[in-house]
Amino acid sequence: MSHAANLPLWAALLVALLLVLGSGLTLLGAIGLVRLDSFYKRVHSPTLGTTWGTGGILLGSMLFFSMIEGRPVLHELLIAVFVTVTTPVTLMLLARAALYRDRMEKNPEVPTFTAVAERSSEVVVKGTKNGEPEKS
Amino acid sequence: MSAAILLWAVTISQIFLALAALCCGFRLFRGPRAQDRVLALDALYVCAMLMLLTFGIRTGSTLYFEAALVIALLGFVSTSALAKFLMRGEVIE
Repeated sequence: MSHAANLPLWAALLVALLLVLGSGLTLLGAIGLVRLDSFYKRVHSPTLGTTWGTGGILLGSMLFFSMIEGRPVLHELLIAVFVTVTTPVTLMLLARAALYRDRMEKNPEVPTFTAVAERSSEVVVKGTKNGEPEKS
Repeated sequence: MSAAILLWAVTISQIFLALAALCCGFRLFRGPRAQDRVLALDALYVCAMLMLLTFGIRTGSTLYFEAALVIALLGFVSTSALAKFLMRGEVIE
């Protein structure tokens, strides 16, 4: 680490804090991936690593290289924007695929197609009767 | 002084990220269903990307940044392709 010898102390402390924060949050997300007990709970935990985990390490890297090279180094923003945009897309695709597979296998943990359709049709019928509850 | 602080922080950070990758690997091998394995693979890609960024800070070269960017791109493509495969049974229709 001889290249970091002339880094100011406040910058070193800030970079160290951001690095440990980011990697610690990533580790917490991975522990959640092991310990949570259903897929639909587990799909939430890696996002801890893709939001502040990635954000902390990228901010630390940006600050470090900006202080080392004496000019603003901002190309880490590319990774930040890309991860922020793509993570919700991939996880939503994956969760919908898992829901589809569970429904095809008639897994009792997820609502079936017909239950969801009945619930949404009830809402439509209630809406057409001027907001009055339907008498059954 | 600041070099020592950074060295310790980067070492701790790499240990944390290695433990996170181990957790993801556990879920990748153990995962009861295919979607759990795909989810663990996605998290493993993120861990590898962050590990490369910390290696970049440790060596002081920006060369690792390109590798991290490529890993982020490949992670998105592979996870969405695998999710499509789980949904439809084929990737390109």
